[in-house]
Amino acid sequence: MNDFDAEDRLRFEQLVLPHVDAAFNLARWLVRSRADAEDVAQEALLRSYRFFRGFHGGDARAWLLQIVRNTCYTWLEKNRPMELSMEFDEELHLQTCATPETLAIAGDDRKRLTLALETLPPRFREILVLRELEGCSYKEIAAITAIPIGTVMSSLSRARRQLHSALVNPPQGARP
Amino acid sequence: MRCDFADSLLQGYFDGELRGRRAAEFERHLRHCAHCATELVDLDLLRDRLHLAQLYEPATAALRQKINDPLQAAAPATAVSRPLVWHWLAAAAALLFVAIVLWRVGHGVPGDDYQAELAGEIVDALVRSQQPGQMNGIASSEERVVEGWLDGRARFAVPVRDFTNNGFPLKGGRVDAIEGHAVAVLVYERNGHPINVFIWPTRERDSPPRTGSRRSFQWVDWRKGKMEFCAVSDGSPLDLEQLRQLINSFA
Repeated sequence: MNDFDAEDRLRFEQLVLPHVDAAFNLARWLVRSRADAEDVAQEALLRSYRFFRGFHGGDARAWLLQIVRNTCYTWLEKNRPMELSMEFDEELHLQTCATPETLAIAGDDRKRLTLALETLPPRFREILVLRELEGCSYKEIAAITAIPIGTVMSSLSRARRQLHSALVNPPQGARP
Repeated sequence: MRCDFADSLLQGYFDGELRGRRAAEFERHLRHCAHCATELVDLDLLRDRLHLAQLYEPATAALRQKINDPLQAAAPATAVSRPLVWHWLAAAAALLFVAIVLWRVGHGVPGDDYQAELAGEIVDALVRSQQPGQMNGIASSEERVVEGWLDGRARFAVPVRDFTNNGFPLKGGRVDAIEGHAVAVLVYERNGHPINVFIWPTRERDSPPRTGSRRSFQWVDWRKGKMEFCAVSDGSPLDLEQLRQLINSFA
């Protein structure tokens, strides 16, 4: 190992590794499974290390989360293509993912919120996770998800509305 | 009936992302739009609910291990070593940093945003410092011991006080780096919750306290006597305020 490698590794450890929590949290909510999220987060971290020299300073968290996000979508495409293709059919999505039974079984609010969040299409789920759990600014969200800031605002509005209605109203076709 | 603003400005206003004129514009609108006013309350309730549920899921120790191990073996993509270029890049980055700082001072970036951003970084640093093996500090309740330890490392005089008599015993100190600068951290304890007070010198004038939260932590940030303080804790915000007043009475 030469000096440059050591320096590189140290920089990586200082800049990127502090965001492993953020990486796992985003992956967990995007792939909706802890075990799969561990694999995806690990793969994303390795990828980010291999291409660390392409990172020229700036917001390391946003840079890492961008890679995590792309790795998640690739994983979803490979393992759950249905989920991605159905994402614009919001009504259908609500129906298939959260039955009234699963919502009713969820006793405490944490479970209820988790289920409601998981019924949202991935694009809305990620924007809520980045904003509400990760505390990202619009600018950071725009950088991570590669959408314009104006779209961040309108997507957040739709995502919040959907989450709200997933919490308040039972999904379509659900009658106790 | 939905209001046209609901999908755009309302969100930005709620998230504290509107500046100056746009914020003022929305506030004028808010005065006579009951829809937006109600919507704001709903958004706030939803956010509280999300935060209370503590949905954030940090990485497990096993995952950290799995990430760390291969790093020791894997090599970055381009194996060619270019130390010269590297040094030039470092010099350029340093120049850029100075330029940004000067620009910030010259243009007076709104204090609020900058403070909030900084507080965010501080919370991240705190979370980082809590990971095993990350502790770089001294555990002591003796003012002089902590002060002596910090003296050689922080490069500025740190006002160290123990507030045991007021219910905030000093537990120790450490140094950390925020935005590339060394900062001193004093650790107090209150009702079983540690309170970390980040301290560094500033050229700015005194400022009133500003509070906020990030992840599951509360923070309060203020400036007094050419020092900036940011106290962070996962305990009660009231405790933070009490400690802030204690520190201020000596600063």
